[in-house]
Amino acid sequence: MSDKLPEKRKIKSAKKMRDIMTTYYLDAMTAKQNNRQVAWITSGGPVEPLVAMDIIPVYPENHGAMIGASKMGEDLCIKAEDMGYSSDLCSYARTDISCSIVKGGPLGGLPEPDMLICCNNICGTVLKWYEIQARYYNVPLFILDTPICHTQYSPEIARYVRTQMDEYIAFLETNTKKKFDYDKMARVGKLAYTAQLLWQKVLNTTAHKPSPMSAFDAFFFLALIVTLRGTQIAVDFYRQLLQEMEQRIQTGISMVPDEKYRLLWDNLPVWYRLKWLSEKFSGHNACLVADTYTSAWCGAIKYTDENNFLDSMAEAYTRIYLNIGVDQMADQVLDMIKFYDADGLVMHSNRSCKPYSFGQMDIMRIVREKTNIPVIMIEADMVDPRSFSQSQIETRIDAFMEIIKQRND
Amino acid sequence: MKEINIFCDAIKDVSIIASKIKARPKKIIGYLCSYAPEELIYAAGFHPMRLFSSKSEIMMAEQHLQAYCCSLVRGVLEDSLSGRLSFLDGTVFPHTCDSIQRLSDIWRMNGKYEFFADVVLPAKLNTQSARTYMTDVLNKFKQALEIAAERKITNTDLWESIKKFNFIRKNLSKIYALQSQKPGIIKGADLFAIVKGSMVMDPDEVGQLLPVIVANLEKIDVPKKNVKRIVVSGSICDSPDIYTALEAAGGIIVGDDLCTGQRWFEGEIPDDENPINAIAARLLDRMICPAKHASPTARGENLVSLAKKNNAHGVIFMLVKFCDPHAFDYPYLKEAIEKEGIKTLLIEMDDQQQNSGQLATRFETFIQMI
Ligand code: SF4
Ligand code: SF4
Repeated sequence: MSDKLPEKRKIKSAKKMRDIMTTYYLDAMTAKQNNRQVAWITSGGPVEPLVAMDIIPVYPENHGAMIGASKMGEDLCIKAEDMGYSSDLCSYARTDISCSIVKGGPLGGLPEPDMLICCNNICGTVLKWYEIQARYYNVPLFILDTPICHTQYSPEIARYVRTQMDEYIAFLETNTKKKFDYDKMARVGKLAYTAQLLWQKVLNTTAHKPSPMSAFDAFFFLALIVTLRGTQIAVDFYRQLLQEMEQRIQTGISMVPDEKYRLLWDNLPVWYRLKWLSEKFSGHNACLVADTYTSAWCGAIKYTDENNFLDSMAEAYTRIYLNIGVDQMADQVLDMIKFYDADGLVMHSNRSCKPYSFGQMDIMRIVREKTNIPVIMIEADMVDPRSFSQSQIETRIDAFMEIIKQRND
Repeated sequence: MKEINIFCDAIKDVSIIASKIKARPKKIIGYLCSYAPEELIYAAGFHPMRLFSSKSEIMMAEQHLQAYCCSLVRGVLEDSLSGRLSFLDGTVFPHTCDSIQRLSDIWRMNGKYEFFADVVLPAKLNTQSARTYMTDVLNKFKQALEIAAERKITNTDLWESIKKFNFIRKNLSKIYALQSQKPGIIKGADLFAIVKGSMVMDPDEVGQLLPVIVANLEKIDVPKKNVKRIVVSGSICDSPDIYTALEAAGGIIVGDDLCTGQRWFEGEIPDDENPINAIAARLLDRMICPAKHASPTARGENLVSLAKKNNAHGVIFMLVKFCDPHAFDYPYLKEAIEKEGIKTLLIEMDDQQQNSGQLATRFETFIQMI
């Protein structure tokens, strides 16, 4: 995001972050040469046991975001459709499936997995997607089944998921032919916990007016908490990022010049239009200060016991943002509106992601009833640009900002 | 056949079925998914009724669900919000796909029926821990039903209910087997009415009608004709026109992998000391739905064996538009079937938009090709 910004607004840590991600992907791409195993894992899946086992975790969803951001989504989506996959399916899944076959995308395809770890706490899509990859690569698949907590995290869910954590470890032992190191797991757990706390603190800094960064930056800085959670690298990086944010607050550097309006974003980013959207909003002196997406990687931290990570993991991974009832999601949105003092809510109705998008209209109604801040819904898709109508969205954003201006002036 | 006509008439208007049931008096619990434990609902003294969309225009559901949600979920919500399901006393949502998962939330938050339950079934069915969890969830649902019914559900209640549903399932299997042996013995639209009726009508009545139909069909013979044997695969098929159009083109459905078909009724509940364990066992072992996992290849193996067992000339995939679980499986299933030298056809359905003219042409072309 910070590409064309005047030097002083640029977030310095961005370069560091790019370097870390490059190294990470290089490691992953050369895993075979270095006799290391690669596991593909869903974005909401428990990565810590993999880190403890020295397996390199690779995230097809992070890759999907890269594909989207580098505007390679349309082509790969079409290739998947040519293979028979409906254009109505999640575009992360579509691009990943076709990428495996045509070795496309910014990296020329991901390193082949030695195993697949699929946690359905985000959606049912990943279940099908990972079955497809399990057939294609003919590698073992572990499914961590985290039943949705519509209204509660019940004792039977707790038992079921906790048992599966042991099954997960047994699966890793079988497929690495190594014993699981519980002490190392405890250390990794602590690091994961610390990084999540730091990430939460980074996100919290945007409660400051003016905000030192925007949700567009959060979308970018998210990659580490997803991919390198449980490592010292992530902890060090987020500590540095936090310092930089605090520094910016002290010296009064905001991301949006003359920030007047503060908005909350809901759902995944529109990866191929980040820049346009960011400029569009800042042109109205509006900053997207927070979002429901990037906070999902620290939202369940209250259920995590730093000193007993393994046992608390079951609850923390089950009660994440997408795996709860729509009414609870609405409560979290209301909390965020308050915490960040948002003047408006921007909802991305994302054709790709049904569990995120269905229920949004009820959240919209609740937000209107309880806060009377304006809410806008934008129809798009996170990776497939074909359902993005720029002129229509532009008109709607302009009208939305007009309302916000009138209310606040 | 008189008995078949009863089914055909009944499914024309579920509200009439409902009012008869309510007059007994009996409360009605609706559900949308073939994993709903009907035996438990029935044992509690309630009537389990599968919900279908009345296919009315979407107006009120627009306020809750985007247009890229499948027509079943949007349609049933529309029916509920507009009062067409006012006969319901409650609903139960077994965990299935992402769309039904969110429908459950929206339903609960906008709820107007007395009883509501989520039965958050496991998504994977192939482990011991999933088995234990399945049993836990069913026991919990039983307790919720007991509170609603203000009485205990005894093992005798459960076994009686299980027997009833086993009997219905067995008879439906027989009718399907007869159709496969003597294709054309029963009209597709009639078969459709019998299966759909069995999901909405009073199980006692269904249990009386089905064996008579079986006995009659056993007696009839059909002249040997050169028909094309078709197996259908998909989620729901709630349109008798499809069966009729296919027949007109020269094809006969001899088996299906639909959750409004064999996936719903194949497989008996086994004898077990504990009836809940027995119900769980069937749910775990029955023909799998794509929203659940048994192994990466379970569905392909199932469908291939179903097609082979029925000597299918062709397999028609009938997918509901915006239905993710089925759309993900389609390329793989198509490949698996075609590897066996069996031709396939894909039909995408949407309750709100049906184009029967186009459908007829596509069926004709397909039947000629195989
Ligand atoms: S975008 Fe949504 S549907 Fe796709 S993998 Fe992520 S959570 Fe699942
Ligand atoms: S048709 Fe598909 S998407 Fe719709 S409710 Fe059934 S399984 Fe879910």
